Amino acid sequence: MARYLLPLSIFIVLAGFLGYGLKLNPREVPSPLIDKPAPAFRVPQLHAADKTITPEDMRGKVWLLNVWASWCAACRQEHPLLVEFTRRNVVPIVGLSYKDRREDGLAWLKELGDPYVLSAFDLDGRVGIDYGVYSVPETFLIDKAGIIRHKHIGPLTPEALERTLLPKIRELSGA
Amino acid sequence: MARRWLFALLLAASTTVLGAEALPVSPDPELERRVMAIAEELRCLVCQNQTIADSHAELATDLKNQVRQMLKSGKTDREIKEFMVQRYGDFVLYRPPMKTTTWMLWVGPFLLLLGGLGILLFKLRLRTKRVVDEPMVTEQHARARVLLAPATNNQSTTESI
Repeated sequence: MARYLLPLSIFIVLAGFLGYGLKLNPREVPSPLIDKPAPAFRVPQLHAADKTITPEDMRGKVWLLNVWASWCAACRQEHPLLVEFTRRNVVPIVGLSYKDRREDGLAWLKELGDPYVLSAFDLDGRVGIDYGVYSVPETFLIDKAGIIRHKHIGPLTPEALERTLLPKIRELSGA
Repeated sequence: MARRWLFALLLAASTTVLGAEALPVSPDPELERRVMAIAEELRCLVCQNQTIADSHAELATDLKNQVRQMLKSGKTDREIKEFMVQRYGDFVLYRPPMKTTTWMLWVGPFLLLLGGLGILLFKLRLRTKRVVDEPMVTEQHARARVLLAPATNNQSTTESI
């Protein structure tokens, strides 16, 4: 009996590790930008090419930066949730139109609704690189001092919003 | 005319088949060599098991352009890698640095190897001990001789043990 105990315990430990590994998402790479200042940028606005936008404009507010593109299918899936979130009037969302044509981005917002207080226009993806964006959509939570506090990779889900994002937002808004 | 078109079409088709390597963008081969050398050290986060040198994902192309631009402006290889790590984390490096969070990654396999060797040595010593520890008594010797006794005469030479 005892001779089976060792292989069995090794098997159980291994199965435990593998089982845990199954639940992890290898596509989600933790961002080194968490708790670091949001990278500065100054790009044209999506709606008005002659006006620019920079993260400094949002200083003093807790806000979300949502990176999206009209060519991104997961963004379409996520969009109704953003529209609804804005209706709840919790925190402002700034959109970052990532490597997209201006007319496509504008048409998308017209069709599906515009949840953004402001939309930045990142045609060549340079801002995306500075924010370590590798799979749209991505959403950053930025605090009043301009520090990135959380990054959500992939489309936002109601669960992620309720369980992770909203508690963090409440915590940051209270402080 | 039709034949010429067919030829052009075949030629185009053949380049798409052969065109596995990304075509150099800059006319300066030395710069391209350096871009590729760095690109081979960087992981493409879109297709995680490829370097950005191998990948044709749009982000990989953008990052190669970024590397090219930084090299042109006189940045060193180290500064460029630093730039990438600041944005994408250590995961972007194919050879992650030795740090407190990554030492298991580097040392782990060797620890397992040492552990395995240790267990093997332990087992082997245990086995030799067990063999030595059981001396044969004279009765057993006699029995063994009987069992090994030749059935025929011409094998009698094997009897003397």
